[in-house]
Amino acid sequence: MKGFTAVFQKEVTHYFVSPIAYAVLVVFLVIAGFMYRALVINMALLSLEGAANPMLAERLNTTDLVIRPLMQNIGFILLFVLPFMTMRLFSEEKKSGAIELLLTYAVTDLGVILGKFFAAGFMLLVMLLSLAPSFLMLFALGNPDPGMLLSGYLGLALMGIALLALGIFISSLTENQIVAVAVTFGAVLLLWILPWAADISDGPTGAFLRQLSILQHTESFNKGIIALSDVSFFVLFAVFFLFMTMRSLEAKKWRG
Amino acid sequence: MIEVEGLTKYYGRFAAIKDVSFKIESGEIVGFLGPNGAGKTTTMRILTCYSPPSAGAARILGMDVTENSLKIRGRIGYLPESVPLYEWMRVGSYLSYTAKAKGVASSVRRREIERVAETVNIAHVKHKIIKTLSKGFKQRVGLAQALIGDPPILILDEPTIGLDPQQIREIRELIKGFSHNRTVILSSHILPEVSQVCDRVIIMNKGVIVAEDTPRNLTIGSAKSARIELIANAPKKELEMLLLGLPHVNTVTPLECGHNAHEVGFIVETEPHTDVRPVIAQAIVQKGWGLLSLRALVATLEDVFIDLVTEEQHDNGDTQAPAEEAAV
Repeated sequence: MKGFTAVFQKEVTHYFVSPIAYAVLVVFLVIAGFMYRALVINMALLSLEGAANPMLAERLNTTDLVIRPLMQNIGFILLFVLPFMTMRLFSEEKKSGAIELLLTYAVTDLGVILGKFFAAGFMLLVMLLSLAPSFLMLFALGNPDPGMLLSGYLGLALMGIALLALGIFISSLTENQIVAVAVTFGAVLLLWILPWAADISDGPTGAFLRQLSILQHTESFNKGIIALSDVSFFVLFAVFFLFMTMRSLEAKKWRG
Repeated sequence: MIEVEGLTKYYGRFAAIKDVSFKIESGEIVGFLGPNGAGKTTTMRILTCYSPPSAGAARILGMDVTENSLKIRGRIGYLPESVPLYEWMRVGSYLSYTAKAKGVASSVRRREIERVAETVNIAHVKHKIIKTLSKGFKQRVGLAQALIGDPPILILDEPTIGLDPQQIREIRELIKGFSHNRTVILSSHILPEVSQVCDRVIIMNKGVIVAEDTPRNLTIGSAKSARIELIANAPKKELEMLLLGLPHVNTVTPLECGHNAHEVGFIVETEPHTDVRPVIAQAIVQKGWGLLSLRALVATLEDVFIDLVTEEQHDNGDTQAPAEEAAV
């Protein structure tokens, strides 16, 4: 783990001096804010109807009408913005040769990889926490379920770190940031649409493909269920790709 | 201190270095000299534990580079040829990042950074962003980065490449300055640099060591002939005949010289390790001509280098396709 702190601090600093992180953060917040507004307005309209219709009013609540759909939408936006957070992590240093210098310091590969991974994870945390005021406002308007909110957040965070690990691995394969982000996009989209293929092939293959779908695994979190199978899916997903990143760094050393 | 035995590195099928062996004692300054693609960088990458060798062994401070990589890396300062700094950082924060990454204890970190900044004379640009520095200063920051943690071994890959003559001299002085109690390996294809800075030169070509000695011994020892420059006040034809008649003289080449029609000049090539100057002087004086200048031309390291490198090409030039330049 030698080198973890230095690399972590350096990467976090870089996020805040480069325009990439700000751009990603702004795009994320604008889209998420737009969706939040739409859902809250929808809720307000339904509430007006509810005033005349007691049957409907009974079923109105902020958890179902705002939090749950918003969590799903945020998960969807993350699929598109997180590749930008990881694209340069290794490719930039591979191109400049800085990775060669860094790896001749007394640091371990694992320390370097985890330093970068946690820095990206820190940015994910910043993104998710910057939405917190919107969610907290709902407590003033209605009576949302805090447990459901927390499990939804946990689901997003776990899905996020899985995507970050995948992005870091792909970034370690190329010197070109554009290639890194494009391939990460492709991989993420593929993971998203896999259940479509699962629908036409049944039996164990279909079940396997359905299990690989990233968004599918966030669904139970949005229902307030923290399922071991979903948590372990994301954790193993991340561990697998971090491990692959280690192998990729090692292969680069042999190739020179 | 550094022992290398039979080191070989393949990139695919291409052997970047083949069976390279040498020893470097503690406190020596050794220069790797060779054309581009000779295997200098590859050798250095193995010594810095970045790239494992395909065959052979390298031991540094008694430890093997593949087995004790982490320990060795803590004792080595490295400056790659491309000087990959983080250009968006300020000099000061870059150095403190380096100190952290190298594991310098936090209690002495500040002092260490100041010491190094003083050594390479960058204390006054510490607040500047690296991107805005001149190439010479970037190179100094690169050296500073290598010096952090006070490593006993420094490995510098082409430390003066791309600098102007003034900067080259400054960097060279710096290297001389901080190298007195360290073992330094530097690579270069600039010959004066190596002959001025290094105690010993290892000349590489196409992945093998072609010569290894002190700059002085190399220039004296491997020369194929000794050369003397002669300027005299004498009839040209007669002088030429006289010179060719002397023992050990191989060839005599006329030299364009001066505005004075009476002065004639020759380059006299003789067999190596002989000094025919007294004989020439005596002969000219006996004829009653005026001897104006007589001096031995010492072969430069450049001559030796070109000799060695072209010799190699003659030896195996026809049998072997020209090696691709190693990807760096």
